[in-house]
Amino acid sequence: MSDSKQALYSRSMTELEAGLDAGEFSSVELTRALLERIGELDATLNTFVTVTADEALAAAERADKARAAGTGGVLNGLPIIHKDIFCTRGVKTSCGSRMLDNFISPYDAAVVEKMADAGAVVLGKSNMDEFAMGSSNETSYYGAVSNPWDLECSPGGSSGGSAAAVAARFAPAATGTDTGGSIRQPAALTGTVGIKPTYGRVSRYGMIAFASSLDQAGVITRTAEDAARMLGVMAGFDERDSTSIDHPVPDYTAGLGESIKGLRVGVVRQHFDEGLDASCADRIREAIAELESLGAKAVEVDLPNLDLSVPTYYVVAPAECSSNLSRFDGVRFGHRAENAKDLLDLYCRSRGEGFGDEVKRRIMTGTYVLSAGYYDAYYLKAQQVRHLIADDFKKAFANVDIIAGPTAPSPAFKLGEKIDDPITMYLNDIYTIGANLAGLPAMSVPCGFVDDLPVGLHLVGAHFAEQTLLRCAHRYQQATDWHTACPERFQ
Amino acid sequence: MRAGWEVVIGLEIHAQLATKSKIFSGASTAYGAAPNTQACLVDLGYPGVLPVLNVEVVHMATMFGLAVDATVAHRSVFARKNYFYPDLPKGYQISQFELPIVEHGELFITGDDGKEKRIGITRAHLEEDAGKSVHEGFDQSSGIDLNRTGTPLLEIVSEPDLRSAKEAVAYMRKIHTLVRYLGISDGNMQEGSFRCDANVSIRPDGQQALGTRAELKNLNSFRFIERAINFEIERQIDLVEDGGEVVQETRLYDSDKDETRSMRSKEEANDYRYFPDPDLLPVEISADYIEAVRQQLPELPAAKRRRFVDEYGLKAEDADMMTASRALADYFEAAVAATDAKSQLVANWVMGDLSGALNRDGLDIGDCKVAPVELAGLLTRIHDNTISGKIAKQVFEAMWDDEGTADEIIDAKGLKQITDNSAIEAVVDEVIAANPGQVAEYMAGKDKLIGFFVGQVMQATKGQANPGQVNQILKQKLKP
Repeated sequence: MSDSKQALYSRSMTELEAGLDAGEFSSVELTRALLERIGELDATLNTFVTVTADEALAAAERADKARAAGTGGVLNGLPIIHKDIFCTRGVKTSCGSRMLDNFISPYDAAVVEKMADAGAVVLGKSNMDEFAMGSSNETSYYGAVSNPWDLECSPGGSSGGSAAAVAARFAPAATGTDTGGSIRQPAALTGTVGIKPTYGRVSRYGMIAFASSLDQAGVITRTAEDAARMLGVMAGFDERDSTSIDHPVPDYTAGLGESIKGLRVGVVRQHFDEGLDASCADRIREAIAELESLGAKAVEVDLPNLDLSVPTYYVVAPAECSSNLSRFDGVRFGHRAENAKDLLDLYCRSRGEGFGDEVKRRIMTGTYVLSAGYYDAYYLKAQQVRHLIADDFKKAFANVDIIAGPTAPSPAFKLGEKIDDPITMYLNDIYTIGANLAGLPAMSVPCGFVDDLPVGLHLVGAHFAEQTLLRCAHRYQQATDWHTACPERFQ
Repeated sequence: MRAGWEVVIGLEIHAQLATKSKIFSGASTAYGAAPNTQACLVDLGYPGVLPVLNVEVVHMATMFGLAVDATVAHRSVFARKNYFYPDLPKGYQISQFELPIVEHGELFITGDDGKEKRIGITRAHLEEDAGKSVHEGFDQSSGIDLNRTGTPLLEIVSEPDLRSAKEAVAYMRKIHTLVRYLGISDGNMQEGSFRCDANVSIRPDGQQALGTRAELKNLNSFRFIERAINFEIERQIDLVEDGGEVVQETRLYDSDKDETRSMRSKEEANDYRYFPDPDLLPVEISADYIEAVRQQLPELPAAKRRRFVDEYGLKAEDADMMTASRALADYFEAAVAATDAKSQLVANWVMGDLSGALNRDGLDIGDCKVAPVELAGLLTRIHDNTISGKIAKQVFEAMWDDEGTADEIIDAKGLKQITDNSAIEAVVDEVIAANPGQVAEYMAGKDKLIGFFVGQVMQATKGQANPGQVNQILKQKLKP
């Protein structure tokens, strides 16, 4: 429970809500405190593209009034951060790209609307890899984000700004998006909790598309309980997104405290092959042992096509992105090259200047795999393999309730270490990509440290098994204190 | 047709579907609004927006599929056709590629040999229209109007079964009639709601293999289609007879110069990189749904034509005309139902005076100033001999000018036919007395002069004498 001497910034959403309810502080005071903290400390991290101080204070004021009137929503007055991939009306929505540096969205994304309706106070828009393409946050037009645990390290990506901000205690929660691990890998690298729900669980309306069949919004928090609160607000059917699924939204916070006795935890044989850092492997084994001590049963499972997930992903995702990013042509919004000679020149220079290297690499890869004569060999083949991977999970979930393993092959790596080696960078997502290809819910929970850098435990569930994941993570957090560790500089 | 050559034509018809809102957004499809006032964020392809299918288009495509006896797919898939153009906001057009909603249909036309001919319909698929680039009125640049962006289209692709420009036009007219019957398209060609591309090739008589085709783009009137295809046939034959070769290319018809010219060759053609649109689910429809649509189908032109011959005794070609549009057929049937006059008489009037008046005033049958029941009132008066056909024309004009019903006009103008034998006899006697020369000739055997006498009597009675009676009395009185 909340200790009144505990600094506001280090409290979870649940603790902050208790403080607000008790009148210990107002949302305006809380918001002001966090904005000050961001002002003092973010220069070293670069987690924000835009800090929306005025809007945040106005929202906090409204939240305080609502609280006084007893009318506030379920996140009333609680501070959050939106990844800069979500369109926010009247506020710059850059997607980490020069292409959208001048883009003020005329509308709110579904996730943004829902958070606003619940009374959340948005402190700003977080930095991210350009168009969510990257695993290190180094592809952002606004510069890399540093990892609060070691400023020379990457916080992971693409939701690196959100993860680093939550780890640095700038806010208890931030939204993120996950196409191949973009919530879970940065959560693992920053010692935070990240959940990507089932594909279709959260509306993609207003979320700038990278790879439509894989993109899914989720959250980064410090506790599973806060993640459950956030997810409960975000989830739900939206008729504006044809791929969103009309499936009832449970109260994710209910049943969190229930025992995990008898929970069958799948341990994937292939996860501990070469490629996984040995010390990380130890942390994962220890975490699984902890789950067993809480009553779970470890069962070995097979994901025979795991090694195909990265190549499959790097055909499907670029293919979709090459088409999704065609709308950025300099004609209606976004960056437009000056003094274009003709139409072709306008296209070539607007896109040439507006997009960074990684985005261009993926557009070219995607264009190639969809081209006449290559479509069958690449795109169609990748879709077939995608089905195989999904089938592997289906078979595994016939025998287990969740699958546990590493989120990333190693702890945070140094900024600059992998950026010139795309293949190594892509392999960072080897454990997370499968859940995207199969549309499954998955999360990362802090489970220890290697060389003072956090390690994340990856949990994958069957479709719509978010509750099981959250319960398992919550029970694990009740038994451990990895998530309460705060990077020294940010204590 | 030039001897020794066979022409092979296939048409791709784009019919704009008559939905209120667009295929993937809620914006209005109404024509003629100020530029860019009917394009919402989805149409503009803003970052983060997503398409949502307007289910009405599925209903319409299903109706079409059933009407051409095609297979309506239980599962069809939207795909992205990728290319850059300023009037294509997303950089791709959402269309259907590998799995269209309609396949393997057919339609019957009257072929060049006068016999009924089957034309295969390969497929019909749903897609969104692009916007419009406006090249006039801007200094050194072009304007873009995105109102049309996202307007639903049904692209109807025929087999290469057509053998002349005339057959192509006949086929296109059939499709045009059909989509309007079904109420799925207004078929307005001026506004671009109904247009086609024609694939044209030639081959020596007897050759099985198809020749290389040229695709003629965006033909938007029946007249232009015929002219463009005929020009293209001549061009290709001239080319080959001079030792040249037809190249696969896209050609544009210039109606001012009456010629086609090359737009782009096969080499310059885009690689559209089609792939299934991940933002949209496959369209899945059940057998029950298809059956329910079938139950609601209106009577189709071919069936209606047969019924008009059987039920109303119309001549085949008149039945054809009477069923050219559903509105016209409905008008005809409503008029027939309201009068005892013969159905053929009704048809003659609809095709004659009524159509003439509509054409003169540039009106559609739907805007007709004389309601079917009003026309029936007039025809009833011909039928019961109150007025003659000739007087009826005069009454009709007055009705058209809103002077009242047929009976009111007949009364007001005193146009009632003279059927009193003694009154007619008196006039006949006067005419006989006044024309002794003609009487003598008639008596001498010049039977044709009877017409002259009838004319004289009618003139003297201002057309009001009953022509049958006049004839009878004249013949009696002039008996030798």
